[in-house]
Amino acid sequence: MSQTETDRPAAPGDGSSPALEVSHMDVSYKVRGQDRRALRDVTFSIGRGESYGLVGESGSGKSTVALALVRYLPRNGRVSAGTVRISGQDPLSMGRGPLRELRAKTVSMVYQEPGRALNPSIRVGRQIAEVFEVAGQSADDATASAQDMLRKVQISDPARVMQRYPHELSGGMAQRAVIAMALGVSPSLLILDEPTTALDATVEAEVLDLVAGLRQEFDTSVLFISHNLAVIAKMCDRVGVLYAGELVEEGPARQVFENPRHPYTVGLLRCIPRRGQRKDRDRLDTIPGFLPTPGHHLTGCIFAPRCALVQDRCRTEDPPFFDVSELRTSRCFFHEQAPELPRATPSSLAALATDGIGGPLVTVEKLSKTFAGGVQALAGVELAVHRGETLGLVGESGSGKTTLARVLLGLTAPDQGSVVTLDGQPLSPEARRRPREVLRALQIVFQNPDSALNRRHSIRSLISRPLVRLAGLSGTALRDRLAELIASVRLEDRHLALRPAQLSGGLKQRVAIARAFGPRPDVVVCDEPTSALDVSVQAAILNLLADLQQQEHATYLFISHDLGLVRYLSDRIVVLYLGRVMEVVPAEAVYAGPHHPYTEALFSAVPSLDGQRPDRIKLEGEIPSAADPPSGCVFHTRCPRKLSTGICESTEPPLLEGEPGHQIRCHIPLTELRTIQLSESAPSQGGTP
Amino acid sequence: MTDITADAGGAPLEPGGPIGPLGPAGSSVAVMTPTTVAPRAVWRLLLRRPTFLIGAFIIVFWVVCAIFGHAIAPDDPLKQQLLSNNIAPSGAHWFGTDTLGRDVLSRVLVGARDILVVTPLATILGTVLGTALGLAMGYFGGVFDLIVGRFVEAVLALPAVIIAFLFIVALGPSKTTLIIVIGLIFTPLIARTVRAAVLTERNLDYLSSARLLGERPLRIMFREILPNVMPAILVEFTVRLGYAVFAVATLSFLGFGVQPPTPDWGSDIAADYSGLLAGYWWQVLFPALAIASLVTAVNLITDSIEQVLNS
Repeated sequence: MSQTETDRPAAPGDGSSPALEVSHMDVSYKVRGQDRRALRDVTFSIGRGESYGLVGESGSGKSTVALALVRYLPRNGRVSAGTVRISGQDPLSMGRGPLRELRAKTVSMVYQEPGRALNPSIRVGRQIAEVFEVAGQSADDATASAQDMLRKVQISDPARVMQRYPHELSGGMAQRAVIAMALGVSPSLLILDEPTTALDATVEAEVLDLVAGLRQEFDTSVLFISHNLAVIAKMCDRVGVLYAGELVEEGPARQVFENPRHPYTVGLLRCIPRRGQRKDRDRLDTIPGFLPTPGHHLTGCIFAPRCALVQDRCRTEDPPFFDVSELRTSRCFFHEQAPELPRATPSSLAALATDGIGGPLVTVEKLSKTFAGGVQALAGVELAVHRGETLGLVGESGSGKTTLARVLLGLTAPDQGSVVTLDGQPLSPEARRRPREVLRALQIVFQNPDSALNRRHSIRSLISRPLVRLAGLSGTALRDRLAELIASVRLEDRHLALRPAQLSGGLKQRVAIARAFGPRPDVVVCDEPTSALDVSVQAAILNLLADLQQQEHATYLFISHDLGLVRYLSDRIVVLYLGRVMEVVPAEAVYAGPHHPYTEALFSAVPSLDGQRPDRIKLEGEIPSAADPPSGCVFHTRCPRKLSTGICESTEPPLLEGEPGHQIRCHIPLTELRTIQLSESAPSQGGTP
Repeated sequence: MTDITADAGGAPLEPGGPIGPLGPAGSSVAVMTPTTVAPRAVWRLLLRRPTFLIGAFIIVFWVVCAIFGHAIAPDDPLKQQLLSNNIAPSGAHWFGTDTLGRDVLSRVLVGARDILVVTPLATILGTVLGTALGLAMGYFGGVFDLIVGRFVEAVLALPAVIIAFLFIVALGPSKTTLIIVIGLIFTPLIARTVRAAVLTERNLDYLSSARLLGERPLRIMFREILPNVMPAILVEFTVRLGYAVFAVATLSFLGFGVQPPTPDWGSDIAADYSGLLAGYWWQVLFPALAIASLVTAVNLITDSIEQVLNS
């Protein structure tokens, strides 16, 4: 166990000064007169042409790193110790002029929301050209350069795009324009802060490919910041894992993700459902406890309070960086034992055998929903949710998945002629006309607990109200059920008197789940229940949902854009595209295929932790507008397997059951799809852990 | 009087649009929701602000005058001494005397009573009615919002003085009339603010959640939405309170409020402002300063509350 301090090796294959060198950087924010340390002793470097990933959950300080590097910290923040060198220059000690120069020419940043990075009142072309003008080009040259740059970010009609205002661009286009601006001056360092988090899976895949390609072309070093481990695994050579403001592990991305050597990294990776894992066989592991509150750092290892390998030494002594192997370091005394970290949640699921799936409980027939302005969110959706199953609903934005949930619940009235039944009984389109019994039977867990829980009500009244209204409980029965509920979602009595704002995101979502399960519903709609949560919290919520389903014999309609989650939790998966069901597939058959070409592309667009997938099915262009859907098969504009006969453009294919339980809406017969897809993807289908 | 209508040109009323047709893209970003500050924390923060303390001190001073005015006043405010009228401020009469020889200081101190009764009651009336109307407009939206919204705009388009005159002519001048008139004039203004606050709440899922529990509209409006728009209402209330001071003084000045000989700042200015030309400035200045101090104090408090709630 040798111990290294300052001179850890920079990137491989590099001679001159690295693109970025951060050593022993501390950042603190002044909050009510007190310094709160947000980053502590952060040290890393990025070699020329290297791509470095910084991964961490919310509150880890990853965005603070990005802001500190170019001195964009808010007024109450400052770098209180350590040094930063960008291509040998020190931004922290620079005067205004050189700093401006540095920001203009050497470093570029791309943020999460392209819509907020662009000035809404200036045409896109003007904004990009400005970058070149600052770099010293004449107005005409700058315009020409802007056009070139847009072509390089694969915008097909740059001249027209330049004439548009930012709001006229889709999210993916706008992010490309921002990347064009960022790369315009050939910066030596490009900082990408969650650049694809706001984008859909297929668009994200395209933007990531674009960034990877441009990095090669421009020979730019990249600092890639993300909460998404799979994206980092795909994009980065090396990765640093940030926890509560400290870098806890560093090394080549593949090695770190395959064989993590810090208990936090180990725990984090176990929180993510892997390919082949299923809720009825493998429970996800969780990380117990909470992130330490900023500024309250005690001596010893920062992860000690949550670590299963903790020893006395961890609480008294700050662990230094240990060299785990060549190029790899871990800030853990017991990094050798880290891979054998004991599980926080038992993996055995003896009690979780499925009850078996019954007949249709909720059915939907000829369900359409057209909003004002002709936006057709749903078009002739037919599906059935069976008693006891989890039906996963997958789709990108605009696919109509949330509208479908709202229609089922009676929050949005569908078009005339649509039929929704529960247990064979047709339901009124409006919740207020539905009898109490129906309201009780259908419950929802919303995406964002901040929005779903009235912030002026106490947790007690939030959970009690459904029990009073829908289950008709009062007095002792109410108190007993309340106690039972908070125990089953693992809240504590002391939480009952609090307001939602006083709870963490995960606890808030538990309250929302308790609310939904209170009146013993038959069907629970889970609308992206974990997408506002961190990975480690998400795992606990998914386990909870799986447990409750077992206990309460509930049926789930699980909506998510995250295919990994849907595959983990669902028995059947429905794929929506532009308000139409493209495929219904049993979960066991998900990996085997064959799939609708859209499903195939969607599945292959999602980066996986297992490594790169060179054979990604690329989709051209953007998702068409639901106000003006393409003729024939709505997917034909982007379909890589479009038939040359023209039938795809002219006729909408029916949703056909090609094999038992597997429906596909495609003109290509199932057997033929199987032949094409097996022959193409065979080489990469192995190698699953 | 222009003060009441001055800020009528806000954002035009729009019918409550439908909730976005398509759900948001799935992302890991938490949606921002307005923060809430615990009432106790608000008090603590307020008490730390000098502006709030100064404003509160002035108001407490006038409240004491309103309640104990007769006991504090050096003279009987109604006692006429025609021989010693129009006396400039002196040791005997700090604020001088008016045309009828009454002590101006005493009249200013006692004159706080009616304005301090009418102003808050009128503002409370306007706030209660405006809140109810605004909640209903924001919550129901659609045709109801459209119709009431146009009506509110029509009322706002009329000069407030005209509306006030109509009511006073119909009901006869009295304190009650004043309260009703100012309350009703404020109602559409407050309704508009509350409606806007409700619209930002309307897209939040807790309202969908309440609908799924089969809650009645009244309960949803008053138990679910109202607590969340309370900060906006509180700020609006204090803003209106400042305007109400002006409104009461103005109507009294015009002779539609408190009737002589009862001491009142507005009507006293009206009674004596012709004396300005003769150089009897104290008869007008001191009641005017009293009005100004009250308005300023209310505005200081308003600013503090607004800053604390937004911090």
